[in-house]
Amino acid sequence: MELDSLYQEVILEHYKRPQNKGLLPNQTVQVHHVNTSCGDEITLNLKMIDGTIAEISWDGVGCSISQASTSVVSELLKGKDSAAALAIIDTFQAMLQSKGSDSGDESVLEDGVAFAGVAKFPARVKCALLGWMATKDAISQSLELTSNVKKEQR
Amino acid sequence: MSQFDVSAVQADFPILKRLIRGNNRLVYLDSGATSQKPVAVLDAEREFYTQHNAAAHRGAHQLAEEATELFEGAREKVAAFIGAKVDEVIFTKSATESINLVAYSFGNANPGTKFHIKAGDRIVVSEMEHHANLIPWQELAKRTGAELVWLSVTDEGRLDLSNVESIINAKTKVVALTHQSNVLGTINPINEIAKYVRNIGAFFVLDACQSVPHYAVDVKKLDVDFIAFSGHKMLGPTGVGVLWGKQELLDEMPPFLTGGSMIETVTMESATYLPAPKRFEAGVPNMAQAVGLGAAVDYLNRIGLEKIHQHEVELTKACIEQLSQIPQLKIVGPTDMELRGGVVSFTLDGIHPHDLGQALDQYGIAVRTGHHCAWPLMKKFKVVATTRASFYLYNDSADVEALVAGVERARDYFLGR
Repeated sequence: MELDSLYQEVILEHYKRPQNKGLLPNQTVQVHHVNTSCGDEITLNLKMIDGTIAEISWDGVGCSISQASTSVVSELLKGKDSAAALAIIDTFQAMLQSKGSDSGDESVLEDGVAFAGVAKFPARVKCALLGWMATKDAISQSLELTSNVKKEQR
Repeated sequence: MSQFDVSAVQADFPILKRLIRGNNRLVYLDSGATSQKPVAVLDAEREFYTQHNAAAHRGAHQLAEEATELFEGAREKVAAFIGAKVDEVIFTKSATESINLVAYSFGNANPGTKFHIKAGDRIVVSEMEHHANLIPWQELAKRTGAELVWLSVTDEGRLDLSNVESIINAKTKVVALTHQSNVLGTINPINEIAKYVRNIGAFFVLDACQSVPHYAVDVKKLDVDFIAFSGHKMLGPTGVGVLWGKQELLDEMPPFLTGGSMIETVTMESATYLPAPKRFEAGVPNMAQAVGLGAAVDYLNRIGLEKIHQHEVELTKACIEQLSQIPQLKIVGPTDMELRGGVVSFTLDGIHPHDLGQALDQYGIAVRTGHHCAWPLMKKFKVVATTRASFYLYNDSADVEALVAGVERARDYFLGR
């Protein structure tokens, strides 16, 4: 059934047992993102140590797709440096915006490839991207912070 | 038992024959967002373009005459439909524009005139407003320094009128309320509230988007100053809305959009303006859409609004009864049919409305999910979103049964795994 292509087992697993849900303190950056069309929202804390993602923790309310997707990204990007993390986010975004033609590279996206089916449901693409765009925003903000610190030190 | 031949009505709506996501019959339960259109409306619009298209109120040729006559004929039909004088009916592009028209016109009023809003004045709305009847007033309050105050909603989904006299007080210049909530289905006691509004001489603006399409609304009996509604929610085309206002107010109000068609005389320095409705219809109007709306009014009249309302009450009652049997389901809004229209919002424990809506769509059932452009109301009921089924004359008991079976099936799909 077509519904199964959207709601992969992996997605429902992450939805029922979300990873890194619950905000951890001492973050480098905190961001809050909202899906204006449905009201879903998440708050996400990013902790960077020496240019590497040490922790992503988050909290929020939303549909299974947005919750599972945030769970996946928070797990996947841990330990990656900013550039690698941003590249992975771009890969995920490209897959979701491919209208179904890009089934995703499992070696890069791991559990994230489960969201390939979402691309066939245009109304749900934003749900799947919510946590990823929040993470991208947080990484960008942390890079700005670092470059400001460097400027000040000069 | 049906009030009219529903299957004959269904046959007038070509889209109801569509198959959805494979081989599913379309179960359209989203008329609160936009209604489907009968052939008569589509034909009227098409005939306008194929036979009579020209700019109304301009030109000396036959087509211009016909276009004018058809456009003004549509105005007469709409006026009769709501018990108004013809010149009190203004065609806009949407109900949203209608409400903005009033808010901007008030905002344009000179100090000392009766429409002028200033710091110290109060604008009253309610917690159950659609964003279309909230944001224009928020903005007007911001521009003028007036205070925005609101009536609360009770846990049962009714307007809380316990403190109405302290909310609608002597400072109040505008009261803007919805006739029927697009989320809860609640019909507000407008005449009762009107007494308070009249006592202090404020203007009463009514968002009638969810009422005018579904039951008889007579502006003479309502005791309000303005009502706004949209064409596309009442079988008409998109791109046409209506503002009704009392003539003596409309003729004195400053214009909103300015330009051609709405002027009396023009020099390089200044202009004078026509009375309503033309005062508020700058530019070549949305003629084909208005004509389509006229055909929609004819269609609704032919069936009869009283019968349509009864039909929707029966469906809504059955829907609430059957949905209430599902243990995980909670209705958001009144569960009795007293002062209630054909809109049923609900939540299902453990399943986000977006997921539920997705599953229902897979079975051919079209519902609305989300915050329904009523974000403050969602917060009030402590939900992120709801799923909403809304009924119209072409729905039948099979649609209700399909919805209930669909919800159960979706529940088992998500919770059973």
